Amino acid sequence: MGKVEVVNGVETFNGEGFQLAMLDKVIAAARANSVWPLPFATSCCGIEYMATMGTNYDVARFGMERMSFSPRQADLLIVAGTISKKLAPILKQVYEQMAEPKWVLSVGACASSGGIFDTYSVLQGIDRVIPVDVYVPGCPPRPEQIIEGIMNVHRLVKHESLRRRYSDEYKHLLTKYNLNEDE
Amino acid sequence: MSNPITSELLLQRLQERFGEAILQHESPYNLLTVEVTPSSAHDIIKWLKEDNELALSFLTLLGAVHYPDQAGREMAVVYHLHSLVHNVRLRLKAFLPIEDPSIATITDIYIGANWQERETFDFYGVKFVGHPNLVRILNEDSMDYHPMRKEYQLEDATREDKDDRFFGR
Repeated sequence: MGKVEVVNGVETFNGEGFQLAMLDKVIAAARANSVWPLPFATSCCGIEYMATMGTNYDVARFGMERMSFSPRQADLLIVAGTISKKLAPILKQVYEQMAEPKWVLSVGACASSGGIFDTYSVLQGIDRVIPVDVYVPGCPPRPEQIIEGIMNVHRLVKHESLRRRYSDEYKHLLTKYNLNEDE
Repeated sequence: MSNPITSELLLQRLQERFGEAILQHESPYNLLTVEVTPSSAHDIIKWLKEDNELALSFLTLLGAVHYPDQAGREMAVVYHLHSLVHNVRLRLKAFLPIEDPSIATITDIYIGANWQERETFDFYGVKFVGHPNLVRILNEDSMDYHPMRKEYQLEDATREDKDDRFFGR
């Protein structure tokens, strides 16, 4: 009898013929270790993300080997690269098509703030149309930085309350972006 | 081929045929540039294409330039034509007032001008009369101005975090 740590961050209590753990911790750990990413890549940050996917950096180590090119089976939207204003409604639609729970990683200066493209045709940061969980700085960021961002997303997933998505704060956030489902 | 078509000969033919409609001409970097009246541009381009001797039958480029300081002739519509047979190029310019920048479409002569005229409309607001589908092509449809006109700043107008003092303005 005693405490055994099965998965990093999930405490279990083992006895003869039984094992106890907090359900939300188990679910959070399961989610965090199998985040399915949806790459929304447009330019040089997309190339860096491809390197991150590839064998040298290998996001598959973190349970992310399945790139989901359909938003409906994705958990993490990775926006990498310059998003023009004309593309913004499409990005928003992709985000809306993802099922809860969902997270957004903004990779690079352009996705986060428009970057060097302070011009009439470029969206000045994707957080103008969808909520962002983690920002990765850089122009473009190295794969190590993208992985650091992904680790931060994992940390969020692991420590997020299962009820967070029903909270008033979360609903308020979606209202700010005109993303409420009941509309 | 009896005599090769040169820029000089081309200019001479244009002046013979259209006379008053040819307003000015110059040759910067040896590229014959002719200013024509907006109302005659369509017919000149059509004639240049159909004339068997000159055969300027390739539209290289169609665009516009905004000169805000030239009162009454702020908007220049520029046509680059190329004779693939004689390897001679010609630049045609027509100046329009900013209040009503309208000029006849050349999509009936060159089908390829369709998207170029849409682009010129998108960025400069030049109205190509008779164009089959004169709507924006590159910018978002909801944009309410023509961004390459000089009165609009290049930067995104919605940014609030940029302090002009830090950018030397």
